[in-house]
Amino acid sequence: MQIYLPIAEVSVNAFLLLGLGGLVGVLSGMFGVGGGFLMTPLLFFIGVSPAVAVATGAAQIVASSFSGLLAHLRKKTVDLRMGTVLLIGGLAGAGAGVFVFNYLKSLGQVDLLVTLCYVVFLGVIGAMMLIESLRAIRRARKGGPISRRKKHNWVHGLPMKMRFRTSGLYISVIPPLLVGLAVGVLAAIMGVGGGFIMVPAMIYLLGMPTKVVVGTSLFQIIFVTAFTTLLHATTNFTVDIALAVMLLVGGVIGAQFGTQIGMRMKAEQLRVLLALMVLTVCSKLALDLLIEPSELYSITAAGGL
Amino acid sequence: MLRLALLLCLVALPLRAEDIVLGLSSDRVRITATFEGSEILVFGAIKREAPIPEEPLDVVVAIAGPSKPLVVRRKERVLGIWANTDAVGIDSAPSFYAVATTGPMEQVLSNVEDLRHKVSIGRAIRSVGAPGNVADAQAFTEALIRIRRNNGAYQMLEGEVVLDEQTLFRTEIGLPANLTEGEYQTRIFLTRGGNVISQFETVIDVRKVGLERWLYTLSRQQPLAYGLLSLAIAIAAGWGASAAFRMLRQGG
Repeated sequence: MQIYLPIAEVSVNAFLLLGLGGLVGVLSGMFGVGGGFLMTPLLFFIGVSPAVAVATGAAQIVASSFSGLLAHLRKKTVDLRMGTVLLIGGLAGAGAGVFVFNYLKSLGQVDLLVTLCYVVFLGVIGAMMLIESLRAIRRARKGGPISRRKKHNWVHGLPMKMRFRTSGLYISVIPPLLVGLAVGVLAAIMGVGGGFIMVPAMIYLLGMPTKVVVGTSLFQIIFVTAFTTLLHATTNFTVDIALAVMLLVGGVIGAQFGTQIGMRMKAEQLRVLLALMVLTVCSKLALDLLIEPSELYSITAAGGL
Repeated sequence: MLRLALLLCLVALPLRAEDIVLGLSSDRVRITATFEGSEILVFGAIKREAPIPEEPLDVVVAIAGPSKPLVVRRKERVLGIWANTDAVGIDSAPSFYAVATTGPMEQVLSNVEDLRHKVSIGRAIRSVGAPGNVADAQAFTEALIRIRRNNGAYQMLEGEVVLDEQTLFRTEIGLPANLTEGEYQTRIFLTRGGNVISQFETVIDVRKVGLERWLYTLSRQQPLAYGLLSLAIAIAAGWGASAAFRMLRQGG
């Protein structure tokens, strides 16, 4: 069954979209990640333009994170104060990101920017995850001691300190603002939630307790991606609600199955799998940049915006 | 002598011996949520008061979607990766263009007539002046035509018009699924020996309808409201689907 997407102005198979949503849903359920970083490149592959894919991806992340945040709010595992500081940085970052996005769109370089961002981030993160989890597997086999992270680092020497009661921290607001800013820029340019950057940063850089990390990052992600969606909708007119809904429905159902599969596998094995998958998507995108395309020319509407 | 001939021409013009009576299978195309493209049947008859002339008649049908200015970009290898470098602006190019004829294009329509009426695909695209830094601007226009022919947006249907008894003609033109909405100018030319002897114009209206129409208009006219609505719908859909799934599992 073909469905005509009103904003993307393309006709695509509805089951392909549901399947794509479902596939990313299974993966996000298995690995506990948002899946935005996989969804956006997959949308490129089926012929949705990067501008629409990024903007619609943002809308979809808001929705898929919503029920997760509600669950964390009920369990009181959200540091609202930290979340707000991260959010302030995130909103500024998203604004800057959309500005850069629109500027490059007018130059005709936005596809390149989005693809390059994906190649760099997926490459770095995939490689780091692979090395880290392979090490963890080796350590588990040897049965050696697990190294403890340092309690104090350079972050604790910065000014403008603030008390975060839920996280039990007394640190400067500058690092969380910067983390939020970076994630906001990524959300606007790549159409991702940025959890895959924020969660490690919160644990290792800010030293937040693991139990509040996921809830707090969801809190920030929802508002930043909602803001990004609105910015893209008002400046680029590229949010396709029909596309978002199709992906969401598939995604939610897929996530349920993914969670079941994930519970039957070991954490380290899961991480290796995820790392390999991230690297696969990364190399596909990188090859597209490196191999001479079959069609060197491309058509865009004049004026861009 | 020449002046006399010109005068004769001017006098002769309004007295067209052959006129087109046109029919369309539909003069309106509705883009709905399940739009998969559409076939338009263009048919008609030639009305004449005089006997059929000796020289064979040809029919050319051209359908053009709304025109828009475009930018065509070319990729080049920069530091090892393929990136857009040169760009050429096209002043006006139709989003859809199909030409159907009774025979080979060069036989049914002379170059002069093609230039005057802008019938062939190349003539339908208007590009005035290329930037000085691009030497081969022609390649960009050719690329535009090539890409759009490959995805069915531009169609050259030589010999696809059926002409019976020099009087009845019909052709079918397929509109692809990814249509841009607007007024599709439909022109029919009668030619003899490459010269246009009669022409007829009409409009096929292509519109998004229903939900598609409403969403599209809202997204352009009230983007903020559309953005907020999108978020609300997305959240509701995501939440609803997960709630439904939970209930399904508890029930089963």
